[in-house]
Amino acid sequence: MTTALLRRPAHEVRTTTTPILPLHRPSAPLVEIRNLVKSFGRRRVLDGVDLDIARGGVTAIIGPNGAGKTTLNKVLLGLVHADSGSISFDGVDVAGRISHRARIGYMPQAARFPESYTGQDVLDLLRDLRGGAAPRDLSLLQQLGVSAFLMQPVRTLSGGQRQRLNAVAAFLFSPDLLILDEPTAGLDPIASGAFKEKIRAVRDEGRAVIITSHILSELQEISDTVVFLHEGRVRWSGPLPELLNIAQVDSLERAIAHLMQQENAVIGAAP
Amino acid sequence: MNVAPGSTIATVLRHEARAVLKNRGVLLFGGGILLLTESMLRLTGSGPRALASLLSLVLLVVPLVTMLFGVITWHASREFTELMLAQPVRRAALFGGLYLGLVLPLATAFVLGLLLPFALHRALGSETLPLLAATLAGGVALTFVFGGLALLIGVAIEDRLRGVGTAIAVWMLLTIGYDGIMLLVATTFTDYPLEKPMLALTLANPVDLARTMIVMQSDAAALMGYTGALMHRFLGSMLGSMAAIGGLLLWILTPAWAGRRAFERRDF
Repeated sequence: MTTALLRRPAHEVRTTTTPILPLHRPSAPLVEIRNLVKSFGRRRVLDGVDLDIARGGVTAIIGPNGAGKTTLNKVLLGLVHADSGSISFDGVDVAGRISHRARIGYMPQAARFPESYTGQDVLDLLRDLRGGAAPRDLSLLQQLGVSAFLMQPVRTLSGGQRQRLNAVAAFLFSPDLLILDEPTAGLDPIASGAFKEKIRAVRDEGRAVIITSHILSELQEISDTVVFLHEGRVRWSGPLPELLNIAQVDSLERAIAHLMQQENAVIGAAP
Repeated sequence: MNVAPGSTIATVLRHEARAVLKNRGVLLFGGGILLLTESMLRLTGSGPRALASLLSLVLLVVPLVTMLFGVITWHASREFTELMLAQPVRRAALFGGLYLGLVLPLATAFVLGLLLPFALHRALGSETLPLLAATLAGGVALTFVFGGLALLIGVAIEDRLRGVGTAIAVWMLLTIGYDGIMLLVATTFTDYPLEKPMLALTLANPVDLARTMIVMQSDAAALMGYTGALMHRFLGSMLGSMAAIGGLLLWILTPAWAGRRAFERRDF
């Protein structure tokens, strides 16, 4: 059954609890990606990606190294220009626009801020870039203990402290969509727990979260939907319980291993 | 919520300039110029002679420092630039802020380093002032030119080491290599009337243009170099200065424009 699913376009196999509905309805997907293609030189990194990101859900994007996860995130953010395809945010095509980015929070994998900045400088700059009057959610400052080192220069902060500051920056403007790239890397267990609590709270408020991570046990804890990318294509997309059910396993790690074996079998059988 | 491009430029400029001004390299650059200027004023006892001695500093060190600082800073803050680009800002406006945030603090360090000793020595008389103003303008113009080139190289070349290598190669070509090539051409084709083609070629080099602009305010013909002497002979002081200023403006605008274009098209 899985093999059959692997051969069908992602939007056909998508069985999320949120069906596609007319635009501007509360239950319509927040982000709709259609036939997205991106190549770097001769290498096609995204090869016709179709994907919906539902509101009020945590979507885990999983795949082996080089599958196109980071590129997909960067196209969503406007950091990488797609060759073709379309992205709609809340029903509006984002091509040539920047306003939707005011509703996105981004936590890059590498928390590299200018060394002479303080944490406060970083947050002030991001606020100023959004026009200064953007409402701010400062709850993570306390929850992750960032207040204690907010006035220190970044060069004096440890890797974990920088990552916590990175997390605060992503959640700061109460975005409708959060894009988190390996967010818990470098966080201690307490900060990691608080961070995951925050993700659940954000999801419960009806906002959308996209998360990429290689820690699959962690993704299993917090994800509602799983997207499996391989060689630039969505090979599987749907609710986590359904994936576990299809693979007949109880862990996301085994389910993904199952998908990858199926994928390799299909590739191996190809003429 | 869209932020006006001018507001983005001002925001990035304010934050970047503050970060650059805190940078030890920039403080060292400004302090070094200040110490050298002070030393030259004490040694020569004359404003114009001190400025003549400082000419090489302006023409060689200012471009080198700006170029290296620009490329290294670009690569050091690449991930943070990505984070800024993920905000609702136009790429062109962000590039404008990054460019001005790089060149204005460096230009400020240069101006203060050169000007303060002259002010302290009260060496701002009519015999010094035109040459001092031309030297300051030349140094500032070169900071803008090489700042634009540095960002263009940073944006265009992904690898940091290759970027630094290219920056040094471009600096060497424009500061040392170009005059050498021109002299080689002049001596090789000595039987041909080369003055006018050479004059046109001078416009292709910002360092020569800055030198010309500065030495047009000086009587020291020995400082002019081959191209400066050509300009003086064919265009005279006023026209030569105007041509040099026009050429420098083109040199400021072209790399900055090309850098902005590359920044807008680049995948991060």
